[in-house]
Formats: sequence, C-alpha cells, structure tokens
Amino acid sequence: MLRDEDRIFQNLYGFHDAGLAGARARGSWDNTKSILDKGRDWIIDEMKKSGLRGRGGAGFPTGVKWSFMPKQVGEKPHYLVVNADESEPGTCKDRDIMRHDPHTLIEGCLVAGFAMNAHAAYIYIRGEFWYEAQCLVDAVKEAREAGLIGPNACGSGWDFEVYVHRGAGAYICGEETALLESLEGKKGMPRLKPPFPAGAGLYGCPTTVNNVESIAVAPTILRKGAAWFAGIGRPNNTGTKVFCISGHVNQPCNVEESMGIPLRELIDKHAGGVRGGWDNLLAVIPGGASVPLIPKSICDTVLMDFDSLREVRSGLGTAAVIVMDKSTDVIKAIARLSQFYMHESCGQCTPCREGTGWMWRVMERMVKGNARLDEIDMLEDVTRQVEGHTICALGDAAAWPIQGLIRHFRPEMERRINEHAGRRQAAE
Amino acid sequence: MPKMTIDGVEIEVPAGITVLQACELAGREIPRFCYHERLSIAGNCRMCLVEQEKAPKPIASCAMPVAEGMVIKTDTPVVQKARKGVMEFLLINHPLDCPICDQGGECDLQDQAMGYGFDKSRYHENKRAVPDKNLGPLIKTSMNRCIHCTRCIRFATEVAGVEELGATGRGEHMEVTNYVSRALTSEMSGNMIDLCPVGALTSKPYEFAARPWELRKTESIDVLDAVGSNIRIDARGAEVMRVLPRLHEEINEEWISDKTRFACDGLKRQRLDRPYIRRNGKLEPATWGDALTAVAWKLRGASADRVAALSGDLADVEAQYALKELLAGMGVRNIDCRQDGAKLDPSNRAGYLFNSTIAGIDQADVILLVGTDPRHEAPIVNSRIRRRWLTGALTVASIGPLANPTYGVTALGMSPAMLQNLGGFADKLKNAKNPMIIVGMGALTREDGAAVLAQARQVAEACNVVREGWNGFNVLHTAGGRVGGLDVGFVPGEGGRDRDGILAAAQAGEMDVIYLLGADEIDMAKLGKAFVVYQGHHGDAGAHRADVVLPGAAYTEKDAIYVNTEGRVQLARRAVQPPGEAREDWAIVRALSEVINNKLPFDTLAQLRAGLVAANPVFAGIDRIKSAAWGSFGAQGAVADRPFATTVRNFYMTDPISRASPTMARCTAEILGGQTLAAAE
Amino acid sequence: MAMVTADPQDVPKVASFAFSAANLEKAKALMAQYPAGRQASAVIALLYIAQEQAGGWLPRVAMDHVAQVLEMAPIRVYEVASFYTMFNLKPVGKHHLQVCTTTPCWLRGSDAVLKACQDAAHCDVGEVSADGLFSIVEVECLGACVNAPMLQINNSEFYEDLDANSTRALIESLRRGEKPSMGTQVSRQTSAPIGGPTTLKSQPAKG
Repeated sequence: MLRDEDRIFQNLYGFHDAGLAGARARGSWDNTKSILDKGRDWIIDEMKKSGLRGRGGAGFPTGVKWSFMPKQVGEKPHYLVVNADESEPGTCKDRDIMRHDPHTLIEGCLVAGFAMNAHAAYIYIRGEFWYEAQCLVDAVKEAREAGLIGPNACGSGWDFEVYVHRGAGAYICGEETALLESLEGKKGMPRLKPPFPAGAGLYGCPTTVNNVESIAVAPTILRKGAAWFAGIGRPNNTGTKVFCISGHVNQPCNVEESMGIPLRELIDKHAGGVRGGWDNLLAVIPGGASVPLIPKSICDTVLMDFDSLREVRSGLGTAAVIVMDKSTDVIKAIARLSQFYMHESCGQCTPCREGTGWMWRVMERMVKGNARLDEIDMLEDVTRQVEGHTICALGDAAAWPIQGLIRHFRPEMERRINEHAGRRQAAE
Repeated sequence: MPKMTIDGVEIEVPAGITVLQACELAGREIPRFCYHERLSIAGNCRMCLVEQEKAPKPIASCAMPVAEGMVIKTDTPVVQKARKGVMEFLLINHPLDCPICDQGGECDLQDQAMGYGFDKSRYHENKRAVPDKNLGPLIKTSMNRCIHCTRCIRFATEVAGVEELGATGRGEHMEVTNYVSRALTSEMSGNMIDLCPVGALTSKPYEFAARPWELRKTESIDVLDAVGSNIRIDARGAEVMRVLPRLHEEINEEWISDKTRFACDGLKRQRLDRPYIRRNGKLEPATWGDALTAVAWKLRGASADRVAALSGDLADVEAQYALKELLAGMGVRNIDCRQDGAKLDPSNRAGYLFNSTIAGIDQADVILLVGTDPRHEAPIVNSRIRRRWLTGALTVASIGPLANPTYGVTALGMSPAMLQNLGGFADKLKNAKNPMIIVGMGALTREDGAAVLAQARQVAEACNVVREGWNGFNVLHTAGGRVGGLDVGFVPGEGGRDRDGILAAAQAGEMDVIYLLGADEIDMAKLGKAFVVYQGHHGDAGAHRADVVLPGAAYTEKDAIYVNTEGRVQLARRAVQPPGEAREDWAIVRALSEVINNKLPFDTLAQLRAGLVAANPVFAGIDRIKSAAWGSFGAQGAVADRPFATTVRNFYMTDPISRASPTMARCTAEILGGQTLAAAE
Repeated sequence: MAMVTADPQDVPKVASFAFSAANLEKAKALMAQYPAGRQASAVIALLYIAQEQAGGWLPRVAMDHVAQVLEMAPIRVYEVASFYTMFNLKPVGKHHLQVCTTTPCWLRGSDAVLKACQDAAHCDVGEVSADGLFSIVEVECLGACVNAPMLQINNSEFYEDLDANSTRALIESLRRGEKPSMGTQVSRQTSAPIGGPTTLKSQPAKG
C-alpha cells in the first residue's frame, strides 16, 4: 500500500483547510519560483522522466504532450486549458482536487503554462460542479492576491492568469476539441483533426488540454523529483492515482493509491470489500463507463494500470471502478450506459448520432429478452459500424461497453432471449 | 507538389488540397453528402471514409490534407464496410417516402443507396419523427428526411451571409432549424434547395409539380437583373416548371438569386397573348393584321420628331436593334433604352460596363460603392463581394444607402459631394493593388447623373483605379437589357430626345406616337395624349396605358441575345413557345416594317444577327468579354447635395414578370412584411 | 425534459428582457475573462445569469438579449441554449430536482430516489408540480459516484448518499422553505469511506 507521505493529495477528503494557508502547510506553492527558474526544458524533461500518463482517460504521456507546443511563441499566444469537465460515469476524483486541494491545480497551471509558454490558463469545469467552481474561483483569487499568479507570478518574471470557465451540461465537452468549441462559445461539437490543438486550439492558437489530475500532480512531481514518481507503480505505469470506487461495495470512496495496485486489494482495503463478499462479485467496470467490463474471473488477479487492463481488453480510463455484485442485472447496467451515450452524443456525425440510439433501443429489448438470438451478432456488428468511424471517441466509448457485455455475458443474453421466447410461446 | 499513392497509382497533386480532391484527380469517385466544394468542411457525414496506410482507422477524406508519401486506398473491404455502415445509419431514420418526395430522381441519398445500401433493413425500432420547419414561402421542409449534413446552415452562414439557420438540440434530437419559425431573409435562399442532398429542403412553389424525368431542359440565361446568371429552364409542355442554376464560374458559379429562381410563375400570369386595340377607351382583342396596321397608320402619319421609342429592362438585343433600325429608317431620333433616366454615357463602353468583370471581385482589395446596394440589385455580385471580404483581404466603403449589407462597410456619406471629399479613403484606393469603384443606378438616375458619372470617373483616374492590366471602374446595372440597348445604340440620335426629353415633350403634347418596347417603369401619366404602342409580354403599366398592344415573348420563349453588366454577350434560348398569338419580338418589328412599307433587310434571326455584328462587332463573341478602352465619359456640371436614392426597394418585384409572380408576392408579404426596403437615406 | 429544438409555444409569454444593472455588470466582468473580440466565449456564463434573472428558464427574449450583448447571431445562442442540459427552455419548478440515474447511481438505488421525488414532489419526470414548487428531470452522471445516489437542485447544491427516506425528508424540508445542508445525507466525510478513511489518517505531510 502506498505510504501516506507519498500521497500527493493530502487533503483529498477535505478534513483540512482547502485555502491558501492550508495548502501552503501541505507544501503547495513552496518556492515555486525555483521550479520555474530551472527552465522550460528541464520541466518538460522531468515530466517525461516521471512517466506520468494523462489522467483523463487516454493515458498519453503528459511531458510528451507538453513538448508538442511550438518552442517559440509566434504571432499567436499559447494557451493551457485544463479539462475539468469530469463527466465519465463513475468518476469523481477531479471534484475532490478542486474543492479540497485547489491550489495543487492552480500551481500546476503555472508550472505547466510556463513550460509551454502560455500566459493564460482556462479551467473548463463542468457546469454541474457549481460548488467546486466557486472553490476554484476563490482559490484563484487568493493565489492572485498573494502574487502567486498574475503579473510576475511567484516573482518569476512570468505573467500568468488563470480563469475559471463553467460548462453547462454536456459530457462531450470532456473531449478536448469539443471543450475548446464550448470555451469559444459554441456547441460542444468535436473538431476534425488535424489540425491538432497544439497547432490550432483555442481561438486558433497553440493550446494544450490536460486533465485536472495531470496538472495538479505536476508541482509535487517537480518538487520531489521524477525518480520519486517513477519509483511508484510499474514501468510505463508509474506514480500515484486517485481511484473512485463506486457501486456494490460496502464503503464507496475515492482514494489515492499507487498505480498497478491489484483491483481486489483496492476494493478490499479501501472500499470495505464487495457487498456480500468477494465471491458475490459479478463484474467490474474498471475505468469509467467507456471501458468494457471485466467479469470476476479477471477481477481476481488484474492490476489497476493502463497496460494490465489493456491486456484483458479493457482499460484504466479514468480509474473509476464501478463494482457490480451478483444481484445486478448486468444487461440493464450496460443498457443504461447506452442510454447515457445516446443522450450525450453531440449529433454531429452520422454513425454516433444514429448508432447510439439504435444500440440503446436494441439493448433495451435485450434487457427484456425481447429479441432474436441472431440480433446479438447484429448488435455487435452495429457497434463495429460505429467504432472507429466517428469524428471523436464518443462513438468508440458507446460501442465498447456493449462489446464487453457480449464478450463476457453472452450466455446471460441468450438465456434471457430464450426465456422471453418461451413466455411468449406459453402465452400463445 | 506532394506525391502520393492512390489505389496503387502514384500521383502528384497540388499542395494544400484534401485527400478527397486528390482522389478525384486520380479518377476515383468518393461518395459524400456533407462535403461541398464551395462551403467550409464539416466532415460529419462520414461517407467519404478511405483507408490511409498506417492510420489506425479510416479517415474522412474530405477533411484530411494531402501529405508527401501518403498511401490511400479507396476500395478496400474496410472502406466498403465503413461506407455501407454509414449508409445504413443514414437510412434507419430516413423515411421510405421516395414515391412522394420531390427530390425523387435527383436525390444523392437515393443514388448512393444504389451503391452502398442494403436491400433489407436490420433496423426494427421506430423511426424518428421530426417536426417540419417554417422557413418562409420558398423552402418547403420535410425534416424527417434531414440527414444533418449542415450544408444549408453553412450556406446561410457563409455564402448568403444571413446567420439564421442552425442546428438546435443534440444527438439524435439535433434539428436543423431557424428556431423562430420565420421566413429566411436571404435573397439567395433557394440555393439551399439545390444543396440539400435529400428531400428535406425542397422548393415550395414547385411542390409536387413535376418529376425530373418529365422535364425538358433548356440551357439559358436569366435577365431579371443585369448579372446574366446562367440558368437551366425546366419545362413541361408549354409551361416553365422551374428555373435552376447552371454552372458559370465567372458569373454565378452555381448559385442564383431567389428572383431568378422563383419569379418564373410570373410567366403564367398577366400574359399578353393576343394583340389589342383601344376602342372607345377600352382595349379590345384584335388581329395581328389590324393591330400592325393601326400602328403603321399612326407612325406613317406622324412627323419623325413627334415619334419616340423607349425600351424596357427586359428588352433583348435583337428587338432593340430591329426597332432602332426601323425608326432610324423613318428618321426618328427620339429613342432611349434608359427608361429609368440613368445618365449613362453611350459614347464610351468603358463608362457603362463592369470593367473588372464579376470574377475580378475575387482580386479586389478595396471597393468603393457609389449609389449602389449590391445585395438587392445583384445578389450574385454581392455574394462574391462577401466571399472576398470574408478572406480579410477586402475593405468596402459606401456612398449612398445600403440595406443590411452582408459584409462590413464603412459609410462615407450619402450624397455625391463625398466623391470630392474622400479624404483618407482616396489613399486607400490609390494604395490598393486592385481597387474598385462600383457605380450604381442610384448615382446615375438623377438629373445630375452625368456629372456624378464624370466625378466618379475623375476619382477613378485620380486614384489610379484604372491601371495597366486592371480596370476597377465598374457600373452595376439593374436592367438585364440595358447594356445590350447601349451596345446597339438604342439611344437618342443626333439632336434626338432622351427619356426625360421624350417624357417632357409628351407631357407638353409634342409627341404623337410613343413606342414602348417592354418599357413599364416610366410614369405613364407623363405620356399625355400621345398614341402609345406597347410591345411586350405582360399586362403591366405599359399595356394599361397602350392604344395598341403587340404581344411579345418573355425571355424563356425566345432565342435572344442579352449583354450583362460586364459586357458579356450571352444567349437566352427558347424553352417554351410564347403563349397564344404572342411572337418573338424581333419578328414583330420585322412584320411591322413590312406593313409600314419600310421592310427591314432581314428575314431570319441569323440574318438579323449578321447585321448586328456588322454594326457592332462585340456581338460576335458569345460568352466573351471585350475589354473596353478607357476614355472620357459623363459630363461636367453641378452636382446637387441630395442623397443617393435606393434603386431597388423591393428585391422581389422589379419587373413585369416578378410583379406578376404569386411567389414573389408571397415573398414581399412574408419576408419584407409587405414593406418595401427603405434604407437609411 | 424533452429536448426543446424550436421556439416553444406552450410557455408563458415574456414580452421583453434586459439584464438588471447588477447582472449587466456581472456579465461584463465575465466577458472580460476573454481576449478582445472573443466575448462569445461568455455565452454560457451570460445564459446562466439570464436564466436566473428570468426565474429558472430562458424565454426567447432572454436569449435574444444575450445575443445582443455578445454581438452574436440569435440562432447561435439558441443552438447553445438547446445543446447544454442545464439550460431550461421551458419553465421549471421553484426547486428543480435533477436526479442522477446513470449506472453508478442506479446500482445504488436511484430508482428509489426518483420514485421518492415523484411521490414527495407530486409531479412526474418532465413535469412541474401543480403548486409550482417542484419539477423533476432525470440527468446523466453528475460526477459524485462514490456518494451515489444523488441529486442536484437548481443547477447548484448536490445532495448525496440518498435513499428513499432521506430524499423524502429533503423534499419536505424544501417545501417548508428550509435550506437543507448540501452534500452527503449520511454520517460521512465527503468522499472518504463511511466509518472513516483508510488513508491520510495522520496530519497532512508536505506533498
């Protein structure tokens, strides 16, 4: 188990002061200038060495992403945009960072922004996080008044502003280019790529979009050193991670743990175990709604990191662990996610706009068993017709949970169809 | 030039194009719904997916820029599967109502379904129902059919410059709409019907009128403004069913204005389909023989200086030429094709042409509008100005009133005095690479118009608007027949009276016969006691005043030459026969000449045109523009300190045809709210 | 509530709308967060202000006013307002109950919470109660999954770790005009496990 002193978010649960004084007591803003003084290349290099992979779901190496920004500032200003649109079902980690430890994020904005030559950061926070947005606004105000950000931030000579921008209810705005569209005052419809944000992002300017957690861990990594972070977890899956454990566990919670912790250990140690005991476990969605579920047999041994979960054809995603015990109607649980994706499809491109509704309607019939056996294959085929054919990854995200269900619970689907057919025959 | 491989064939393509365009260069057809050459790229239909080597998933070829060494495959199982998948998705919520859909037979979705559709549906859920929208009197919506390609939205926003269409809601509830259920206010809206790849937006006036395969298609030109948009006239039997744009890159590209498209139902109303003679104050039907004899009798009996002729906005070149020749033979010098009194100077062609050409707008970097409102006088010209302005390379300023321009315009003032007081803007013109002055009828249809014209010329000269390889002095006409009239010399002969002179003389009782060749826009009360001959096709103002009516042919009913505002000679072609006893206009004049015993020297249209070319060689080059030599034009004189007037107050009703059109009447009522445009004057 | 994609006719007629002086000032301050010429970025922020001023929903005139202030075409504002779920294009109750029913909440009993809302508020999903006090909408994951099930009221306070009883109690308290305290409705520190945290039990270390 991760030692408490290795936890980055010392106030994850809000037991302590979230304000500047409390944050300082926990080490935030401790001689930030000295980090900036080491220069951009050092910061980016250190981030690369730490092995930090983006905490928003895709797991792209953060330092590498920062290095994509143009080295020199041209005619257009550079922007850092923080993706605080935390909306992946099962995920509520950034919320804790923003309400209980906002200064880790704001300090992270400064070092990341400085490293990519940006003088401004916009934190795009989902509209529903009304309270968390207030916490952020207050923290930004505090930091600015203390000279930590604003003109000559931390006495570094670098001017840096942080703005809080609220969304208004659209999961798709978690997709980085949809987020940029929304930030520009439009509907959150993902953009075609190329161009990528590092070339033409916010207002057509070079932009990097990072998840809250990715930015908020940066100051501690830079302070304690890349080696410290890289020493936690497994190679290529380094560091600590805030996990969200929800669903059928005795004590749902958020917890910061080391990457690669066994799923069973995570659930048993921190969430009080599966309701009714480990043997009552049916399946787990290990990384937020978008990743395929894994049945108990895999849960028994799988490690919670990018590569281990990928090996079992699922993913770490946002590390949101949704636990389902044996009482769960697993088809309905996935059908509800299908409804989610239909509701959240932006409607821009054909396969997603039309496919998400189609998949949900078939799934609803599957819940009742009101289908033909060969429609399971048809449903799978429809998911393949959506997957990989859309502008953004929402189409993939809508397809994968269903594919996971069919992969692991096909017998249950067939049983229900046969049962329904039997009932109908009996009625006739 | 990047080299790439498309389906195994290496090809060099221009840098900056898209993979889709490259595939077309390589002769591979890529299906598409949302992509359109003249609109921004949306990439949303996903029909154009192709495989790119080393890419993890198929790419949207319409949105992907080409790159050196790219390897593209357009016909693999992956691509086929992707396209079939998209097709299936498009069809699951698309109604199977092709038999009652006006798009049937010319529907992209129908066509593509032949290539990529399944013969059986796997979709057993309920189809989506989408409420129809009210977009005004021109566009009928059937939104169940909408495939959300957003072409219409992009057209409205980008080309028309009228940001009134959008997509509300999201996901499968996303709806293309104007939200407010009000008529669109664009003069170009009909183009959305052509752009719509399905039957979601169809022509309201043409609703359930015909099937494309029943129609006889005639390639022609529009004359309802002076742009000369190329059109296709679709007719069934004796009836013009609809007008569609025909591609002409240098004029209208693939757009036409709503008047060009929708005024055609005016061709069926108020028609003069037989000759009339006024007897006891009432127009009574007559035979051609009686009518021509009555005219001949009057003409022969009058002294030449008490005879006059005015030609109208829709008069073709041949008729004006024939009438001019006939009257000249009788010594009549009081003729004018400028029924609006515009002080255009016929002595120098450069003084009455849009010299830069319409396509020249694409190079312009500074434009000064003088007494012209392009949006309402020539929407096609306007949309080109807008497109150029959107690139950021064009500055526009105006002297005179403008109603809701679709680009940023600096208002310099309202009256001609500003021409001599341009201040810093003169430097802008001077320093521009391709400066342009556009003079409109608002500047010239005034008593001091000749002086205004001369001043505009002086500004052009002082600011170097006319220079080596570039003539940016432009006159924007509003009458389709005007430049042709000037080119045939349908203007006062030596010592003859112009329009003002003719009307003044008539009012003073000094005119015995006035021949109106389709001239309807003059104040008929001023014709006094003169004997009025009206030759034309609609029972409009001229016919109501006439003593003899000679029924002519509309532009869709005759082979005729028109010259557009650029000086481009174009051919209108007969799509249908003139109604009843109406005849082609040149032939009427020719017949009259015989009755007068002053027979014109041509028996056929070909002979007439030979004479025409002999008289003025510009007529020899069809679809060509002969650039005009610069020279002096206009006249020195005092200029009144009075603002320029708005020329086109109601875009939808500017001529006898559009005034007779029920569709244009609906537009006037619903779009303009019955109000005619009154710009800030 | 059903997605509104066209100017609704079955709503109270609102003749005109303009920001109050205080709200206009607030709007201007928010617009100043963005570079010159990029004021459209503030559209969501201004729509929130307009919605609050107009009583919890956005009559068309309010959207038109926002468009005018931001120099946007009105249709672009309608697009935005109809795209994001937190804008109401029809009137809602004084307490607009936004009940999360996505899988993590559903697994922990959101069905019962939703039913309790319907019973206690006396209205169905998508409706406004006869007394105008409540309206209910099912929403997608609000990002408080380890405190599921939960609901949000009027786009602001979260109420978490609910069950049928605590939901009913919450609604009754609102009916009485009280201000129930937000957050978890059980004995628990935010997202820490019930019964106390398994980590971070000592005084915080320097991170």
